[in-house]
Amino acid sequence: MGSSILSIIYLIGSITFILGLKMLSKPDTARKGNLVAAAGMTLAILGTIFLYKIDDVPLHNYGWIFTGLLIGGIIGVLSAKKVKMTAMPEMVSMFNGMGGACAALISIVEFNHLVASGASAGGMVAIILLSLVIGAVSCAGSIIAWGKLAGKIKDFSFNGQHILNLGVLAVIIGLFVWLVLGVGATATSLVVFYTVLALALFYGILFVLPIGGADMPVVISLLNSFTGVAAACGGFLYNNPVMLTGGILVGSAGTILTILMCKAMNRSLKNVLIGSFGGGATVAAGGNKDQGHYKEISLNDAAVVMAYANKVIIVPGYGLAVAQAQHACHELEKQLEERGVEVKYAIHPVAGRMPGHMNVLLAEADVPYEKLLEMEDANTEFPTTDVVLVLGANDVVNPAAKKDPASPIYGMPILEVEQAKVVIVNKRSMKPGYAGIENDLFFQPKTSMLFGDAKKVLQELLAAIKEV
Amino acid sequence: MEYILSFLHQHIDLIYIVILSIFLGVEVISRVPSVLHTPLMSGANAIHGVVIIGAIIVMGKAEPDNYLALIIGFLAVILGTINVVGGFVVTDRMLEMFKGKKK
Repeated sequence: MGSSILSIIYLIGSITFILGLKMLSKPDTARKGNLVAAAGMTLAILGTIFLYKIDDVPLHNYGWIFTGLLIGGIIGVLSAKKVKMTAMPEMVSMFNGMGGACAALISIVEFNHLVASGASAGGMVAIILLSLVIGAVSCAGSIIAWGKLAGKIKDFSFNGQHILNLGVLAVIIGLFVWLVLGVGATATSLVVFYTVLALALFYGILFVLPIGGADMPVVISLLNSFTGVAAACGGFLYNNPVMLTGGILVGSAGTILTILMCKAMNRSLKNVLIGSFGGGATVAAGGNKDQGHYKEISLNDAAVVMAYANKVIIVPGYGLAVAQAQHACHELEKQLEERGVEVKYAIHPVAGRMPGHMNVLLAEADVPYEKLLEMEDANTEFPTTDVVLVLGANDVVNPAAKKDPASPIYGMPILEVEQAKVVIVNKRSMKPGYAGIENDLFFQPKTSMLFGDAKKVLQELLAAIKEV
Repeated sequence: MEYILSFLHQHIDLIYIVILSIFLGVEVISRVPSVLHTPLMSGANAIHGVVIIGAIIVMGKAEPDNYLALIIGFLAVILGTINVVGGFVVTDRMLEMFKGKKK
């Protein structure tokens, strides 16, 4: 009776995951979709705790299980509630790493179990190892991705890194095959097993370390689908359909999402993974060129130009996000609108740190949805725009992406802000953006620079506009 | 060879599920607007937290004197729960903001 109810619960769980993902991909139903999937997950977890039986023996150690759930739940809720909207991408990466770690830990216990029982089932060994390797790579990689987005870890690459990566991967595969086909689960293989674990963690670090920060969203999405596959291995291990469907769905949907993200940035996945963005060579290429001079504009001048414009388009970038300036930005927009200036926002698909990240931030500040222009629409509006205010964006407005085939971002669709009459760029300094390349836009005659922290500059600009 | 064939045969139902799920995942996600990439990734991230079920099973079948299994399983339950709970809550927070502006 109990186990047939559990089967139904797992069936319902699988259906909610499918429905949830489907609903999550449409703006109107997205939030409900998330809740549907969460409800299915809760049901599946509770069902497993109370109804799961191994050879007619129910699970025990309830104290441990509930303590673990409680601790994990509290940490999860607190960190998810407290994280700033700007730090969302690194939070997702961290959660993903924990899922990967969970899969790897399960493998450790199951392998030890297999060794202790003396059963040498090659198929089981293969599944356990697969889950171990993928989980460990995903965990280590996610932590590095988190560190990069949080600014704690710098890009790091050295000569021959790709060869080292391939070498490590080859050793992992070799040991894998040897464990599965040769020795099976014995006490000696335990040593090999932990070697594989260490190598997989090492590979995860090596894999993400050279990839530039601008490409991190793609990497996180990829690692996300890895963890999905690791979870699906658990489905094989326990003959558990809900783990299998959940894991594989995320694995395949995550892969497609990764490719879609690459497309939004006009880069191929291979390019992201192999061609390290912003490496030494590109910096040298940008640095040798004489850039000419840029001019600065005073706050008051900027205020006057904007207050007497007919149409202003704001281009927000990550600089706005780190400065937490989305509210100040909305205030400025309201002030300008009161003066009869038409204000819109041009959102590049990868503005911020992740596709859609900027929309979330501006939505948080109550910016009306109709004011957000997607890239194509914005590009048709720039020629009739008087002032473009670029707030902490750099690579997404770099004309080199259109004009300079040697540029590493060549081919990426950009916001063509230079079509407008005046461009005001707010940046903290002349330092190049995330891709590590110079931006010709800043040296064009119609461009003026307004240096400073985005939030402070916006507040001062707001005060200055009120006085005009 | 024979061994691989028999492994596949034993798990043929699961393999069907895998194949169908792969195509389903692709179908479900295609043509999602780029605005939703981040929340969708976050939601998918929460869903693969289903690995927690494996952690619960590990924990629940461990003998009381098997400290390795108990400790590692306990850690796995905590990490898995953080993945699930944190994932869904963060996604909801992101999507909450989309909803507000509709009015």
